[in-house]
Parts: sequence; structure tokens; C-alpha cells
Amino acid sequence: MSQQRNRLATGGRIDRTRPLSFSFNGKHFEGYAGDTLASALIANGVRLVGRSFKYHRPRGLLTAGSEEPNALVQLGTDAASEPNQRATQVELFDGLEAVSQNCWPSVGLDVGAVNNTLSRILPAGFYYKTFMWPKSFWKYYEHVIRKAAGMGRAPESPDPDCYDKMHDHCDVLVVGAGPAGLAAALAAGRAGARVLLADEQSALGGGLLGRRAEIDAAPAAEWIAKSISALQAMPEVQLLCRSTVAGYYDHNYLTIAQRLREGSDPGRRCDKPRQRLWKVRAKQVVLATGAHERPMIFRHNDLPGIMLASAAQCYINRYAAKPGDIAVIFTNNDSAYEAALDLAEAGVTVVAVVDVRTAAESPAQAAVRSRGIEVLYRHAVVAASGRRRVSAAKVMALDDSGESVSGAARTIRCDFLCMSGGWSPAVHLFSQSRGKPSYDASKACFVPGQSVQAERSAGAARGSFALAECLTEGHEAGVAAAAAAGFQRPGRPAKPPVAAKVDEAPLQPFWLVPAAPPGAPLNKHFVDVQNDVTAADIALAAREGYRSVEHLKRYTTTGMGTDQGKTSNINALAILGQTLGADISAVGTTTFRPPYTPLTFGTIVGRDIGALADPVRMTPIHSWHVANGASFEDVGQWKRPWYYPRPGESIQDAVNRECLATRQAIAILDASTLGKIDIQGPDTAEFLNRVYTNGWKKLEIGRCRYGVMCGEDGMVFDDGVTTRLGEHHYWMTTTSGNAARVLAWLEEWLQTEWPELKVYCNSMTEHWATVGIAGPFARQLLSELTDDIELDPKAFPFMTYRAGTVAGIAARVFRISFTGESSFEINVPARYDLALWNTLMTAGEQYGITPIGTESMHVLRAEKGFFIAGQDTDGTVTPLDLGMDWIVSKQKDFLGKRSLARPDMLREDRKQLVGLLPVDPQEVLPEGGQIVTDMDQKPPMNMIGHVTSSYYSVNLKRSIALALVRGGHKRHGETVYVPLENKVIAANVSEPRFYDPEGKRMHA
Amino acid sequence: MPKSYLRQSALAHLHLEAHAVEVAGDAGVDLCERPFRGQLVLRGDCTDNAFRDAVQQALGVTLPVEPNSVTNVDQVSVIWLGPDEWLVVVPDGHEQAIEQELREALAGIHFAVTDVGDSRAVIGISGPHARDVLKKGCSVDLHPRVFGPGQCAQTALARCHMLLHQVNQAPTYDIYVHRSFADYIWCWLEDAAQEFGLAIIAQAPGASAGARAPESEPVVPA
Amino acid sequence: MLLIKCPWCGERDAHEFSYGGEAHITRPENPDKLSDEQWADYLFMQKNAMGPFLERWVHAHGCRRWFNVRRDTVTHEITAVYKMGDRPPERTA
Ligand SMILES: [Zn+2]
Repeated sequence: MSQQRNRLATGGRIDRTRPLSFSFNGKHFEGYAGDTLASALIANGVRLVGRSFKYHRPRGLLTAGSEEPNALVQLGTDAASEPNQRATQVELFDGLEAVSQNCWPSVGLDVGAVNNTLSRILPAGFYYKTFMWPKSFWKYYEHVIRKAAGMGRAPESPDPDCYDKMHDHCDVLVVGAGPAGLAAALAAGRAGARVLLADEQSALGGGLLGRRAEIDAAPAAEWIAKSISALQAMPEVQLLCRSTVAGYYDHNYLTIAQRLREGSDPGRRCDKPRQRLWKVRAKQVVLATGAHERPMIFRHNDLPGIMLASAAQCYINRYAAKPGDIAVIFTNNDSAYEAALDLAEAGVTVVAVVDVRTAAESPAQAAVRSRGIEVLYRHAVVAASGRRRVSAAKVMALDDSGESVSGAARTIRCDFLCMSGGWSPAVHLFSQSRGKPSYDASKACFVPGQSVQAERSAGAARGSFALAECLTEGHEAGVAAAAAAGFQRPGRPAKPPVAAKVDEAPLQPFWLVPAAPPGAPLNKHFVDVQNDVTAADIALAAREGYRSVEHLKRYTTTGMGTDQGKTSNINALAILGQTLGADISAVGTTTFRPPYTPLTFGTIVGRDIGALADPVRMTPIHSWHVANGASFEDVGQWKRPWYYPRPGESIQDAVNRECLATRQAIAILDASTLGKIDIQGPDTAEFLNRVYTNGWKKLEIGRCRYGVMCGEDGMVFDDGVTTRLGEHHYWMTTTSGNAARVLAWLEEWLQTEWPELKVYCNSMTEHWATVGIAGPFARQLLSELTDDIELDPKAFPFMTYRAGTVAGIAARVFRISFTGESSFEINVPARYDLALWNTLMTAGEQYGITPIGTESMHVLRAEKGFFIAGQDTDGTVTPLDLGMDWIVSKQKDFLGKRSLARPDMLREDRKQLVGLLPVDPQEVLPEGGQIVTDMDQKPPMNMIGHVTSSYYSVNLKRSIALALVRGGHKRHGETVYVPLENKVIAANVSEPRFYDPEGKRMHA
Repeated sequence: MPKSYLRQSALAHLHLEAHAVEVAGDAGVDLCERPFRGQLVLRGDCTDNAFRDAVQQALGVTLPVEPNSVTNVDQVSVIWLGPDEWLVVVPDGHEQAIEQELREALAGIHFAVTDVGDSRAVIGISGPHARDVLKKGCSVDLHPRVFGPGQCAQTALARCHMLLHQVNQAPTYDIYVHRSFADYIWCWLEDAAQEFGLAIIAQAPGASAGARAPESEPVVPA
Repeated sequence: MLLIKCPWCGERDAHEFSYGGEAHITRPENPDKLSDEQWADYLFMQKNAMGPFLERWVHAHGCRRWFNVRRDTVTHEITAVYKMGDRPPERTA
């Protein structure tokens, strides 16, 4: 166990009584509760945290927050492993295991670092220039590149953890719990609004946690604590920490990724979800997302030990972890002076503050000077030096223009270097809300422009960096947001929290440290450290004509990767602007897209995995099917018995047995998935006349009729049998897969075009369970179970309906048939389905009753040539194409009728439904097989159609198929061919009716 | 002919009684099935006074005309489903009589009434975290400022359609889902409720309309 | 996720609704009397406007009612919701 040699003896928000042990790259360390992995590494003096993506250069911590580009680690092992975690955001826990990414075989000795020495030949656009030619080789190159690049490692087995989602609504969503966010939440909460305050950090306080500041004449920590307890006391305020607002979508819909615990707890422990994705609809949003400090761009600015000034300040103040002992500070603004003072206070030797500006009077500068710290005005750090970590800074004087350096170089020894190039408001969410950031030249940053959605920015997020401004703006934003949502605090307006106003000397924009000596390459001036993009790359891209910032981004890869350029974007486009001689505001920013920081897939998926991935719809007797060994088929979301194999049976054996039983004995089929719609009202017959292709005005009570529905385009989309139950009462059936669609279709026409029709439709699919019995003994069986339904074919003929009692259960019985056998469809309320089914099975035993699945049903109907909507039709098939002219009325209008008269519908070479009888009766055509007329052609052959249904029919002792074939109705008798991989199947075109064409059996 | 028939509720196959406790304890979430609740769908024109009066006369309940609202008297609740559509919830075994009363009262008016008692499974959820469980799968705002007892919503829960009715302040909700989805949604609810502690209740608390009733003889539908 | 206000149920997430294309396309009275071009115009042609657009939605997971919406196809801003058969409300600045 190493000592925490850079840990300060006092201070910080860590708990020194709770040591935690962890391992990093295989070495064991100790930190404290309250640490992040990053702060614990700093405390242990670990500098090298990773390697860069392209050149595999050694890298250290740049930041202390979610914008970290370098310290990407792979957390955990095995299935629970998670790549691309920012060490700055990982809360330390006991037993944490992390390894650096982009390093092989180790972070210290890295083979890929050879790229570093080759960097001269790996310039901007390298991938495009080298690997895109020849094009066909990209697939090989990509494989090698990705392996060498190693953006983390995806776990190879299922994620063992449980993830959750939560919808929520609020009046005011405050994003960010820094001074502005807390002030906004307090103000909105006091007005009585429902407030949700979300912050990505483990504690509320934002940037204040890393600073020494005073609010309301007390240390900021006290104000934070007081604010939190005030917020917690408000019943309508919800505080979410460890919660990153990841996306800002239309109509004020935002997603928040909440980390509920660090580390993994394997076993899909749903009592302890790992992360929760909140989906929040907010009436008003306050963006108090703060700002990101910018690096300075100088030679070798990527060495470990070079970090943002605010990061160093944060490690010292919040974590009591010292990044080093001797610091040089390089800045263009006053905020780094505050850091310098804090470092000095913590015992760091600040050897120099290098400031690109000329001397100015400001309290911060004066305080630094009065501590005896040397300030080098109008100077710049032109280069850093050191192997694997910074050991010195080379400083030179800037000339008047600031575009070149001159004079003697001075080398200042240090063991870390802090830099501040100014601040960029975190406008990401504002930009996601479709707002356009605008450039504020005086602050040298992009600030939110006009709001597009109901949101407002406050504090550093809108370029107001001073603490006093953050507090007042946050407060005002909270008051305004609550008011806009309809909440006003009664009585006197509350006072905003107050911080002393501090005079600051203005920042001087300074984007790129000039080359020293002048003209030297800028190829080690790193702009985007995650993607190894240098100032030279940007200049090269500009010279090559990539003038749009969006093109620059893709060509150089700057701003891509896991950090999405939070620390690099503004510098990159400023340098682009300089190169092009254009103003930054004219260059513009790239579009910010969700998520703000990467999300793990588990968070996006939530609990929709495994058995809950998609609903499984079950019929009321599903458990009987399971108990009786059914194999199931998915029909939409339904699980339907496919076939019922007996021990040792193949699917074909089972289907043969089921099909024979149907034609010779009795079959029983669970048909409950059949769509059933109850239609009532005096205009129902007229309505049916309009939606079906055939006539309905003369259907008598108690009779059933088959109908086909078309879209307005004339294409068949469903079929079924509709029965007239009473004077104004009908019962429509639809195919299983289309039940909801047909009901919606009927409602659409009733509501939008024909509101005058007095018709009400209600879904009955789930209320009525349907059991079909079919076969020569079906009537005999039914006669044993009913005494109030006359079953004689004369009294109860084919295509009629009777209400009565079956097995003592009130039932609706229909004599309709999909198998071509004498059949009865018995409908009972779902609660009695199992009772009915069991009774039929018991009573039918003596007749050889056999449960059949969907496969047998499909074979039996194909023997009859009955098409299945969606299998033999595909949305391009008309009733005429199906050879069903008899069902298309010439007298009346119906949906789709006019389309059937379009010239294209009358073409003789339309694809039409035919039967296919393979010449070899044992050969079964594959469904989807393409049909040709002539085997002598060279590929690509002229395909005239395809097989839509194909089976072996045990009843016919041969294979049969249905097919859609061009001009098929005139091809009956022709021989066609289905060429397959290793053989060709010849088949004769026929009528699509193979069994009992006169329909004697089903009428019997 | 068999003498007795075991009717099956939508969740009968889960044998919930084997895991159930008799009364609610201190679990964060209590779940129960409310089997065999009588349900009729009523359609008609609510702008027609004659229709409204006839329904009131037949049911003794004012027809809820306000969207997303429920009216009830004694054991009969009328749940708004649409501007011309209501779900009439009645005690087990009373469906036919009430349907008949509606038919008689509405004679001469364009309407439709249909017994849909087996169309939907009803699941009761209550307890201090009942709302949190619903929030995991339902995007409707259920905050007490917005949604309270006597209100209903047709929306989605997880991946299926749901009719939600808040029964009381506790809060207790009745979740109506189509019968074929009952198994899925029950499993989903159990999964979602785990983090709050879950109890399965044998007897639905305050389940006036849903308590298990003695077997009634099935009757031929109209 | 758009927020759409059903004229009956109030504001709900877009996933509860289904889209029905351009509004105010009336089915011709006598389709048989139309030329192929006229029928094709009814059947296939929609404005596909960039900007404010009158369109139909149905509250599929709610009250199952169809209604009309005026939505800006660029910004998704919804400036009117009105019932089937109603005229679009006058635009206010
Ligand atoms: Zn609605």
C-alpha cells in the first residue's frame, strides 16, 4: 500500500477516517471517502493516467471534472466492466479496480507510442488520406486501427446489473448546483414551484466545492449546507446529485442519467439499480451549467503535470490533494491568480505566474505579488519540457503584437504547471435545445443566444463568471422561471444571496502561443489532447480548404471522442479563425449533440431486457400449451402454439399427425388471438359496405359472410368473416396480427370521413376466447356438449351463427372454416376458456381429438388455397391479383375501389396468386424462393415471382405451394423453376386449390 | 357434462395466493389482482341530454363528461374513456342485470353497450411507493397537484396500453390492462417494485368491485 | 419527445399518438367520376410543407380520438389543436 504522499494534512471534503483501497493499472493505493479516482491518484503522486488516442503520448489529469479528456479508464472486470469512465467523475469505493485505456501492454511501456515518433507522417486527415484508398481496403485498415486505438473494451458477457428509468415532471428544472443553480432552486422552490435540481457531481455546490469563497458573509461551504437543508425542507423540491443532464430535446423534454451507486453488484439486483435514466418534462428550465476553463496552447502542453488552474485549485481545496510541490502558472486572466493564492496557501511553491497581459491593478494580482510570487507580465510559456512529466517551463517575452516571442528564453523548473486560457460557458444543453450560441468578444467566449425553448441560462453558463453575478443571476432566473410556470412567492420578494463584488482585470484573448523560434512547427502545440489534434493540424486543414468548422471537426477529429471537445472546441475554432483571417463569431461552433457525457447502454435500455424486452401476449390457456409441450411461434407479440411435438417427433412428423387428425378425426385449435370487433348501430350494414369490397346490405341475421378489406390504394390489407348477430349488431373477425390495425382503420373512417354514420365499434378480441374444432367428428363432439344448439347441417348450415351453451358455458358458435373441414368456432368469455378446452379434450378423446398449432393450420388452409394476409400478400396485391374477382362489387363504392381501375391495376403481367405443384412431389420449395421460366439464361435471371407459402401436405401426399407470379392467372399448366444454391426445383403452375375444391367437406 | 367450472382470472396461472400475505404490511408497494370485476363498455353521445339522463337513471351514477374523470356510487364506477365511450365497472355477477337496465333505459337512443369483463385484467397497486413504480413506466404526471382520486388516464405503462384509475388518497390505483398483457405487466411491476420492497396482497384492499365472489352460473349472452 | 395536447385528454407525450398525415384532404364524393390524375392527387399527393403544417393525429394510446394539429415542421412548435371537422383557428402573431 503506497502512502498518500501528496495528501494535505488538513482541509478538503474528504473523510480521513474512512480509508479506501483501490487498484490502478494493477498497483494498489489508498484514498479516502470523498475522493474521486482522480483525486486519489493525485494524492498518491500518480501522474501518468493514460495514453492519447493517436500517438499514444503519455497523459496526465487535465481537469477535475466531467470535461476530462485524458484520464479515461476501464472500470471493473468481466461482465461488469465499463469503458471510457472519466477518473475525475468516478467516486472512489473500496475495492475499485481501474486500468488506463489506449495502453498496450502497459501505461509505462506502450507499443503504440511508436506512432508518436511517426507523428510527422500522421497529420490531419490522416485516416482519410491513407486508409480510404483503395476504398475496398478500409475494412482491413479499420480493424487494425481500432485495435491499436483501443477506445476501451466492451464487456463480452451480459451486463449483470439492473438499470432503471423514471418519468418525471416539474415546473422548474435547474441544471447544475453551483452558486447560480442553488440560488435558482431556492428562489423557485420558495415560490412554491415543483423544482428538480440535478447536478453531475457527488455533492451539491458545483464550482464552489473547489474554491475558497464567501457568501452571505460566511464560508461558501456554510451557505451550501444551509441551502441544501432549506431545499430539503421544501416538499416539492427534488435534489438529484450524481445526475448528469444528458440530453435536451423538443418541448422541454430532458434526460438525466443518475448514478445510484459506483461499482457493480452482479446478479441483476433490481432492489439496487445501478443507474437510473430520468425522462423529465419541465415547464421551465434554468441552465446553470457553469463554464469550462480552457487550456493554453503551447509546445508540449500535453505533458503529464500540466493541468487547468481551476483543476489544481479544486484538488487542493476539495480533496486536499496536491498536484505537486513547485508550480508555474500560465494565464491570460485573473481567475488563475485565485488558484495561485490557494496553491500557495496549501504549501505549494508557486515560482511564477506567467501572464500574457500587461500589468494591471486588480486585487487578485496584487495579492499574488504581495505574497512574493513573481509575476511575468507580457510573457508566455512557449514550451514545457520533461520526460513523461513536466519538469520545466520555457518562458519568453511577447512582443507588442502578441504574435511572436523574442528575447532570451528563461527556463523555470517546476513539477506541475497550471494554465488558464479563459472560460467557455457550458452551452451544450442550450445548444441542444436548438438555441444558437453567440460570440461575446469582450469575454472571449460563446454565450447562449436567444432562447428557443422555455429555458434561461444563469451565471457562468451565460458568461457571468464572477461569484456575485452567479448568485444574483441564479436567483433572478429561479424567480422568473417559477413565475413563468405560474408560481409567485407571496409577500416581499426574497433577497438573493450575496457575495462581495471583486474587481477583475479584463481577460486578454490568447489562443496560440507563437512558435519559438518563429517559424518552428506547431505540431506539438496540442489543441485536442484526446484526439491528438495540434495547431499544425488545424492550420493544415484550413490550408487544404476545410473552412467550415463542421468539416474541420470531421477532418481533424477535433472535438470528437468521449469528451466531445469540452476543453478544446473553442481553441480549435479560434485557431481556425486566425488561420483563415476570420472572426471567431464568423467561424461559429459545431453543433452540440446529446448525450452531454457518454451513457452506458444499460442506462438507455433500462429494464426492457430479457423477459421484459417486449411484452409477450398470452392466450387464456397459454399455461395448458406450455404444460402440453407446445412449441411456440411469435405472431406479433402473441405466443401461439406452433405445433405439439410428441416425444421423438420432428416438426414435420408432428404437423403430419396434426393434419391427418384434422381431416380424419378432430382437431382443436386455440384461435383466441383472432381479432374480434363488436359493431353496433343502425348504419352498420352501410359502413361494412364501404370498408369491405363486397356487398353487406342483404346479410340476414344469424349469417356470416367473408370479406376482404383494401386500403384506398386498392391493396388487400386484411380479411375475415363478419356475422350479423342482431338487427343492428355485427361481429367482425380480423387476422390475429391485424386486430388493432383494423379497429383503428374503422375508427379513422368513422371519425374523420363518415361521422354521420351511427356505428360504434368495440374490441372483443380479449374478452372472447375462441376455440376451433374441425374435422369429421367435430359435430358429434359438439352435440355431446350442448343441448340448446340444433347442430343438424340444415338447422345450422355452413356460414351461420348460433348463440347457446357449450359445456354449460354461454357461447357464440360460428360455422366457419379455415381448414376446409366441417368446423365450429366456439367463443366463450376468456375466464371459461380453460374449462371449455379441458372439457372438449376429455370428451373428444374417444374421437382422437388432436390439438393443432399454427403450422398445421397453415398447411390445411394452403391445401384449400386460402391466402393469409401478410404472408401471401405484401401490400402490393389486389383482390383481383388473388383471383378473387367474385368478391369485388361492381355496384357500390368501397375503400380502394377507384384504385382498382387505375391502368397499373389492369396490367396483365401483374403478380398474381397461383398454386405451384413441384414436379418431384417430395421436394418442398423454400418460401421466398424466386421463380424463373427459363433455366438457360445467365444470371441475373429474369425473375417472374416468388413462393409465398410452401408445405408438405400429408393429406395430398405431396408438396404444395402458393406463389405470386407475373401474369400467373394465364400460366396455369406452365412449368417454372426455382433455382437454389445447389439445385433447381421445377414446379407446375396450377389453380391455388389443391384439396376438396368444391368445398363439400366444410359445408358438411 | 361437467358439473362445475373453474373460472380463471387473467393471472390465475401465477398462483399469486401462494405468495400473498393477508393484509398490507410495511412494504413500499402492495400489489394484488382484482379478478372478475364486471366491466361494460358504454358508447353514446354525451352531448345528448336524453342519453345522459337515461344512463343516470339506469346506473344511478352521473355520467362523467369531464375527460379523465371517474364517477361512482356504491359499487358502480363509470370511467371516462373518450367523449363517447365509458367503462362501467360493476360488482362481479351484476354485469348482465346492469347491461339489461341500460338497454331498457336507452331504448330508442343510438348507443352501444357490450360486456367486456374479460377484456381487461385489473391490478391494484398501493403503498407509499406505488406512484414511484408507476412513474417508471408511465409518462403521465401523477403528482397529487395534477392527478388525484377520482381521476383516470388511458396511457402506456412500460410497453403496453393501460387504463389507470386512482382510487384513493393512499394512494391506491387500479391498473387495467388487456388480458393478454397481464402476465407481462405483472412481471414488470414486480421487477420495478423490488427496490421499494414488495408485498403481494391476497385480498384487494378496499376492492369493492373486485373481491372474489361465489361462482355464478354462466348465462347465455344477449 | 414532442408534447401533444389531445383536445380531450390534455398534454401527453408523442409516443401515445399516431400520425395521420396532412389534414383537410377530403375523400372525393364520387371516386368513379375522377380521372386517374385526380384520384392519384387525392391518394398520393401531400404538401410536405416546411414550416406551419396542418396535420392529423390520433390519440392511439389514449382516448382513440382523431384531431387536427398545426405544427411547424421545422421547429416542432404546435400552434393549434382542433377537432375533426373544425376549421383551423386563425393564426395569431
Ligand atoms: Zn385523448
